[in-house]
Amino acid sequence: MARLLNNLKELCKYRVLIQSLVVRELKARYRGTVLGFLWSFVNPLLLMIVYSVVFGFIIRPRDPAFDNNPIIYALYLFCGILPWTWFSSSAIESANVLMIQGNLIKKVLFPADILPVVVVTSNFINFLYALPILIAAKTAITLFVPKAPGFSLYVLQLPIVMLVQAILSLGFGFLLAALTVHFRDIKDILGNLLTFWFFATPIVYTRELAAHSPALRFALDLNPMTHVIGGYQSCFFYGELLHWRRLGVTLVFALLMFAAGAYVFDRLRDSYPEEV
Amino acid sequence: MYAIEVEGVCRVYQKYSDRHRFKTFKSALLSGSFFRSLRPDELVTALDDVTFNVSTGTTVGVIGENGSGKSTLLKLVAGISKPTAGRIAVHGKVSALIELGAGFHPEITGRENVFINGIMLGLTKKEIAAKFDDIVRFAELEPFIDAPVKTYSSGMYMRLGFSVAINVNPDILLIDEVLAVGDAAFVPKCLDRIDDFRRRQKTILFVSHDLSTVEKVCDRVIWLRGGRVMTIGEPKRVVDAYLQDVAAKQEKDFERLRQDAPVVPPAGEDRREDRWGKREIEITHVWLKSLGGQEKHVFSPDEGMEIEFEVAASSTMDDFVFGIGLFNSQGISCYGTNTNLEEYQAIALRGEGRVVFRIERLGLVNGTYYLDVAVHKRDGYPYDYHKNLYSFLVSSTLRDVGVSRPAHSWSFSPSIEIKLPGQGR
Repeated sequence: MARLLNNLKELCKYRVLIQSLVVRELKARYRGTVLGFLWSFVNPLLLMIVYSVVFGFIIRPRDPAFDNNPIIYALYLFCGILPWTWFSSSAIESANVLMIQGNLIKKVLFPADILPVVVVTSNFINFLYALPILIAAKTAITLFVPKAPGFSLYVLQLPIVMLVQAILSLGFGFLLAALTVHFRDIKDILGNLLTFWFFATPIVYTRELAAHSPALRFALDLNPMTHVIGGYQSCFFYGELLHWRRLGVTLVFALLMFAAGAYVFDRLRDSYPEEV
Repeated sequence: MYAIEVEGVCRVYQKYSDRHRFKTFKSALLSGSFFRSLRPDELVTALDDVTFNVSTGTTVGVIGENGSGKSTLLKLVAGISKPTAGRIAVHGKVSALIELGAGFHPEITGRENVFINGIMLGLTKKEIAAKFDDIVRFAELEPFIDAPVKTYSSGMYMRLGFSVAINVNPDILLIDEVLAVGDAAFVPKCLDRIDDFRRRQKTILFVSHDLSTVEKVCDRVIWLRGGRVMTIGEPKRVVDAYLQDVAAKQEKDFERLRQDAPVVPPAGEDRREDRWGKREIEITHVWLKSLGGQEKHVFSPDEGMEIEFEVAASSTMDDFVFGIGLFNSQGISCYGTNTNLEEYQAIALRGEGRVVFRIERLGLVNGTYYLDVAVHKRDGYPYDYHKNLYSFLVSSTLRDVGVSRPAHSWSFSPSIEIKLPGQGR
């Protein structure tokens, strides 16, 4: 525990480095593309269009909250897909980051801890860039679509949800980064696991839809991302108070995940220079 | 006051067997041996009980063959990896030039990379901004600094990396063979910068295969072999000991090569190595020896050599000439002579005999040399001609060039101030 806190303190010491690496990551990501930074907006927009067409128009949403209107459903989708993209990209990039930056770990005195932090942070910034579109879309829908949910002060709860997700992503990221060095299989499993996880989270459907089956409901509630995404939907779509109990338990789980991830990462630390 | 203290340090590397490497996560979890399964079954010892100290303000060289543990040692001192056993203490800010530009990102500009690399090496943004112009000027990259690093040539990449690392202004500088890639103009500049460091009483640990630079730059030299310290001491002495060891090893390799290759190559091979003649007089054996009579294949330029060969004649012969020829690896004749040219007159050869050709001083430059040995008639009709069948190596730290190395010396009038070699700096 003391060691964990010590490592956290170390991380704070490197915040300038983390900051410049995040900036580098963001700059490098779209360098050489025509749209550049706009891709941070365009990517989620395209994703949302695809999902809206498939799930909104082809498979008609049944939930009463959508008023049988694909456009309102699209807004609901958007609330879930954006944070999910943050989560899944962080996981995939964390799993690879030690190998990709192997040169740093092998040849430079470089604290490996900051690499997963940089991954999660740069994906978080990308998520933030996409928020304006979400707000713009919501404004437009509120203005032009009758019965659409409007803005409410509950949006201000957003930072709390983001914090829970950040802790969870970091913990998961540490764990994946450390284990993938030794078990390269994880890279291949992870893509499928995340697809499954995506559909096991109420993003394209609502949690209430599973209400008829207690077993299914229970399974959904075991998934921490259910409550994180639910938090975003409370803030942006339903405009209601967060489910404090559920999110609280998720926060505890996220902290445990973080401790476990940091522990495994630290335990295997000395093996990285040889293994990556 | 020591800048670097290394005490009884061992470093064991894990050599995973193939079976182990492909063991999956699942099986590790199932057998409940997760952390244990990460422990290896085969170990390689890279460093074995290494102990030495480096005093503040001195430059210490580390030499040794490939795989002797030099780079491992440097990584341990830099803190990149941890010793398996033993203790390392480093007093002061360290900058390691182990791989130049290791942290560069190819997609962003040189300018941005300099900043990020500097921060990685422990500078603040302000410090980098203050040194930025120096860094770029030293790397000679002013026109390209705003281009993405991926467009740089490997030389430009290396120069920028060196320039950032050297401008970190560390107390202790670790250098691992990084100067090998620079061009003729940049390497002296780097050496100047290293000299500058020495003058400012900084500590340098210097790993290199360039023995003459090591001899020039270092105050002390550590020789590693197979992960153990062989000698620590005065550069000239350690480098010589190392060279002798290398020569002994080359000698062994040569011996093995000679045993592998048959003395009489199969007929119809190219004429570079060949043997012809009807062998009315046969050369049955050839030895290369030191002047002391010891068989030898690696010589220093000023050493002498004896070429001894055994001849056997089936009947009494009265017309014979013994000859030898020395060729370098480009096939250029360095020297050739025979008994006829030197006006010896053949009278009679009965049965077996031995001929010794003694060279008091080889006087050759570094390289591999090939030897012709022949016995033939005065008119050139060959009895037994061995073309390039024997070879030996001349090896030294000197880099002089040419076909031969005449005995020579330099002298200077008093108005010319010059330091004699081996007198230190």
